[in-house]
Amino acid sequence: MSANDAKRRPTDLSRGSGCRWLNHLGPLLALFVVYGLFAAMAPPSFRSANNLELMARQAAVVGTAAVGMTFIIIAAGIDLSVGSVVALVTMVIAMLLNRDIDPVPAALIGVGVGGLCGLVSGLVITGLRVLPFIGTLGMLLIVRGFAKYLGGEQKIDAPRTGLDDLLASVSEESAWVLPPGVWLLIFLSVLAAFFLHYSKLGRHIFAVGSNEATARLCGVGVNRVKVYVYTLGGLTAGLAGVLQFSRLGIGSPITAVGMELDVIAAVVIGGGSLSGGEGSLLGSLAGALIMMVIRSGCTHLDLPNYTQEMITGTIIIGAVALDRFRHRRVG
Amino acid sequence: MAEQPVVADSQQPPRLEMGGVHKRFGGTVALDGVDLAVGAGQVHALVGENGAGKSTLMKVLSGAHTADRGQMFLDGEPFSPRNPLDARRAGVSMIYQELSLAPHLSAEENILLGMEPTRYGWLRRREMRRSAVGALRQLGHEEIPAHVPVGELSIGAQQLVEVARAVAVGCRVLVLDEPTSSLSQEDVQRLFALVRRLKAQQLAIVYISHFIEEVQEVADRFTVLRDGKTVGGGQMSDTTAARIVQLMVGREIGDLYPRSKRATGDVILEVSELAGLSKPRAASLSLRRGEVLGIAGLVGAGRTELLRAVFGLDAVRKGTVRLATHVGPYSPARRWAQGAGFVCEARQTEGLATALSIADNMTLSCLDGMGPAGLPGLIRPRLQHRATQRWIDELAIRCRDPRQRVMDLSGGNQQKVAIARLLHHDVDVLLLDEPTRGIDVGSKAQIYQLIDRLATGASACGRPPRAVLMVSSYLPELLGVCDRIAVMHRGRLGPARPVSQLTEHKLMMEATGQESAA
Repeated sequence: MSANDAKRRPTDLSRGSGCRWLNHLGPLLALFVVYGLFAAMAPPSFRSANNLELMARQAAVVGTAAVGMTFIIIAAGIDLSVGSVVALVTMVIAMLLNRDIDPVPAALIGVGVGGLCGLVSGLVITGLRVLPFIGTLGMLLIVRGFAKYLGGEQKIDAPRTGLDDLLASVSEESAWVLPPGVWLLIFLSVLAAFFLHYSKLGRHIFAVGSNEATARLCGVGVNRVKVYVYTLGGLTAGLAGVLQFSRLGIGSPITAVGMELDVIAAVVIGGGSLSGGEGSLLGSLAGALIMMVIRSGCTHLDLPNYTQEMITGTIIIGAVALDRFRHRRVG
Repeated sequence: MAEQPVVADSQQPPRLEMGGVHKRFGGTVALDGVDLAVGAGQVHALVGENGAGKSTLMKVLSGAHTADRGQMFLDGEPFSPRNPLDARRAGVSMIYQELSLAPHLSAEENILLGMEPTRYGWLRRREMRRSAVGALRQLGHEEIPAHVPVGELSIGAQQLVEVARAVAVGCRVLVLDEPTSSLSQEDVQRLFALVRRLKAQQLAIVYISHFIEEVQEVADRFTVLRDGKTVGGGQMSDTTAARIVQLMVGREIGDLYPRSKRATGDVILEVSELAGLSKPRAASLSLRRGEVLGIAGLVGAGRTELLRAVFGLDAVRKGTVRLATHVGPYSPARRWAQGAGFVCEARQTEGLATALSIADNMTLSCLDGMGPAGLPGLIRPRLQHRATQRWIDELAIRCRDPRQRVMDLSGGNQQKVAIARLLHHDVDVLLLDEPTRGIDVGSKAQIYQLIDRLATGASACGRPPRAVLMVSSYLPELLGVCDRIAVMHRGRLGPARPVSQLTEHKLMMEATGQESAA
């Protein structure tokens, strides 16, 4: 720390509380800016209510998985197995529905399977002391392979049972406005945000990510916290799998390849730091939506796919660079 | 120098008592029968040189190490913590120089970390606020905001938060390990006031510091450690600073710091009005061949930044650095080529690649002449090992062979490897940042001898005499080794003066800004 720091009186703050609010709302602000830019350039169809709903539906899968990823990244971890878990869960649900199991228990079992994958990741990382990057890279391959084994490398068709309505467009007259899957995500995010800020485990997640040695010294069960975090990450990945199933209507072992990168990008755009201790659910959701707005905006502008990829990449780097710049100035 | 009874009231056992503590790491004896007793409401200073065993003793007390032999008692009860958490729960808390707070969490969250009041797993925020503010009030520092991330507070305030955490756990014994080294003068006074306040609240406080004046100001009693043994102790008011220093060093200073007759040559390094991004703010110096120039100052004064800027590791905002005939700032690669080398203070993280071999580390900057003739891009390990072996012999580095990994060596031998890199590279100017930090007395003496030999140009080490620019926080060392010393204070480097005109006291007054050299 610099001499400037030492000179500061204990009560002095480098930023006012208003400025701190700006940090929290930054990603949301960025979302509005990106949306505004495309709204100004793209044809009116981009601004239609239908398209807004479409974007929300498409962002729901990544957004749901980003809830758990936010927890993991705050705890200074990472989970690369999300895409594979999503694929596995679609396969499991399709198999269960084919055996005449009701959709609700099938979906719950699907979420449970996701949680189980996360639990295994957590145990591998804490018990075998494998780095999270490597441990979940291994899980990425294992889970993807297992999903393929379940269907004999084939997709599994499933009967229509109503699960596929989770992310279906709701009718004009309906008071719900958004499909149930999106409401589910909103509810989950609010709950998770409360949990992060107002539960003991939530604060311990921040402590572990911020300074693991200190957390240990203070009697926080660091390994226990990590196992919880990966299990929670697995559960939300499982829920994302349920939503993915409702979009596909089938179980597919090759769906969601590389989705973990979208999920991580959402968290990082939303202010999460891969070195831990930082991240917010509002930010992560905004991050997921920003990527979706870019995708949809580029489509409406008739820009090819690669443009959209390059823009998203630039935004990821820009978001992190901006964050570094801000930290350097105050720190 | 027998230890007198600690508490006048002999009915009551001392709050903390350690007796006959032994600890050995492999072949080296770190603690050889240390005794320490601290009463409630007492501040006990633990002094000694680096490597005397202070930190090992405190690690035993905090449960990070287990003693091989010896006993500990807390308020008369046997005390043997299995780990730091255990010790904390029993009422022994440590405040280290490196603060251990979670920077993203608020003060109240840090204070109550690990013991948050909850209902069904949900935090009881209001109660948290109340206990955190209570702990801060107990320290007399209610002005510290409880809801702001501690990373945004000043270092002094962060330290107070850490003390508040110790108080909130209900600590009975508080250990402060070099607590003032990164504090401003104002924060130091605030800390002393706090120590007195906690003393009045019947805590037993162990205060570790190199700064004798500081210890005299704040402590009631003292214990001196040297080479893992208790060599003295008693009532602070019955002794003098000179007596404590004599106990710490245990020998005539002259033995430790050899000084041959040095003949100074041309100016080889000239720094004028050098300023970095934040520090140094203004630094000028000139260094001749055959000269050892020391830079004193407090931690955070900008001494390391000065060396880094000279070597091109940190950005230079203005000013010039002339090395022989090369005027610049230049990159570190160019500086090596021009004949300067840098040994940095963070030996483990920056100075050495500890997972690599001694040979790889020593020859990293200069692999010339180690390949087959005509193929400059290739390396023959045999030649590399031969070159390394020469310096292993020359500096008496204790190791198996050049292939041994640096992480397996002791601190002193690691430091010799770091310095040997400069010798292998055959540099003219050696920039040394805290070259003896954390190494044993024997290795220290060898490094002092080496510096002397380099400056005089004597022995196999050197052709013409070399120039050494050395930063150190340990004043006796600077006074013993250097020809001239300049003091850095808040980014500004004072004029260099011959050691014959300087004393520890003068240097300290200048370093703390109470007196200016000019």
